[in-house]
Amino acid sequence: MNVIVIDYGMGNLYSVVSGLKALGVETNITSSSEDISNASHIILPGVGSFSEGIRNLKESKLDVAISDAIKSKNVSLLGICLGMQLLAERGTEGSECNGLGLIRGEVKKFEQNESGERIPHMGWNEVRHNNNSLMKGIPSGNDFYFLHSYYFNPTFKRNIVSTTPYLGNFASSINDERVWGVQFHPEKSSKYGLKLLENFLNV
Amino acid sequence: MLKHRIIPTLLLKDNTLLKGVNFNSWRTVGSALPAIKVYNLREVDELILLDVSATLDCRRPDFEAISELASECFVPFTVGGGIKSIEDIKELLRSGADKVCINSSIYSNPDFIIEAVNYFGSQCIVASIDVMRNNSLGYECYSYSGTKSTGISIYNWITEVERLGVGEILITSIDYDGTMQGYDFELFSSISSTVNVPIIAAGGAGNYQHFVDAINKCNVSAVAAASMFHFTEQTPLKAKYYMQKNGVPVRILR
Repeated sequence: MNVIVIDYGMGNLYSVVSGLKALGVETNITSSSEDISNASHIILPGVGSFSEGIRNLKESKLDVAISDAIKSKNVSLLGICLGMQLLAERGTEGSECNGLGLIRGEVKKFEQNESGERIPHMGWNEVRHNNNSLMKGIPSGNDFYFLHSYYFNPTFKRNIVSTTPYLGNFASSINDERVWGVQFHPEKSSKYGLKLLENFLNV
Repeated sequence: MLKHRIIPTLLLKDNTLLKGVNFNSWRTVGSALPAIKVYNLREVDELILLDVSATLDCRRPDFEAISELASECFVPFTVGGGIKSIEDIKELLRSGADKVCINSSIYSNPDFIIEAVNYFGSQCIVASIDVMRNNSLGYECYSYSGTKSTGISIYNWITEVERLGVGEILITSIDYDGTMQGYDFELFSSISSTVNVPIIAAGGAGNYQHFVDAINKCNVSAVAAASMFHFTEQTPLKAKYYMQKNGVPVRILR
């Protein structure tokens, strides 16, 4: 197992790394295409805006390295928060631009409705899941930590692993073959968050 | 349903935790690392760490110290104090902060906040506002850890910081800080309906009922507390059991 965390200048990498360390897994923080092509598990974390994120990936040609790794080998990828959103085909935060296109869908901004629910969606909320292997041993409805104003709107329902009730119901985690995305922060969601990271390494 | 958060606040000066009354009469309450470890074991919802001397000493945040603290923190970690540039924020996020909390720089450099929101996203930028009652302005905002009056009323300032794009606002009543007599209900009930982003109430919490009141009567998203966790036997976990019994949705680990 060769686990890497991609550093593309978009924030908090170290909580993922210390989360994995707590599981006894050593990780390599990297922004090298070569490391990506040698990895068995790629974690794409990140906070920030979609357009900045994708620009940073493209500038260092990491977008191509990630796509190539996913296409050519038996590698697994987990996108966290902005990292999940970047898996989409399109985003609208900052300016409209294309994402990695690894899971069909686009990223939209939450819209205020009559519920009085505030934006950003910030705090602990339920994750109701369909028993995807990523969720093994995690009770459906467990609270995870969220911190976002945009959400991934997948084209196909079959890609939805979990939904979360906020300003309607949105897809809080997604999956297509060996690519997963979670909108919440497993590395900040204590016990079951670490369980989810462990599941990812075991899928 | 989104849960209301209880957030212990840690005030840091030279690696020592402090707590005062009305932003004054500071007492040492221990060192930061053991406190973070304990809160982490107790599964708190989030932690806020404010370096109260960084801006006053005109220095940057102590990234090394924050990195050490963050490595023990598996819950969301908001860090504030001395933040003046995009580079400061980058470095804090690299040190393990999830959000940054900015106070004095917003007054002196609002453009910096717009830039920070564009770069990091609004969910990452928390505005911290310290207020004191004032006959002419109602509530006046203070910067530099409560030492500098700004002449700006809270009502104008929350509208402004929301316009700048911050994702959350931490509001601390200097008058109630450290008194443990309850939050300033007049303050919080008069502002929360005018704001669309989450509000964290701070200043004055002394018992669990104060949390319930702030959430039910003032409609705040989260409650912060320091003295009651430092100086009494009350804990965030017991607070949540109390709140749950009183109909407030909180996160209790199964």
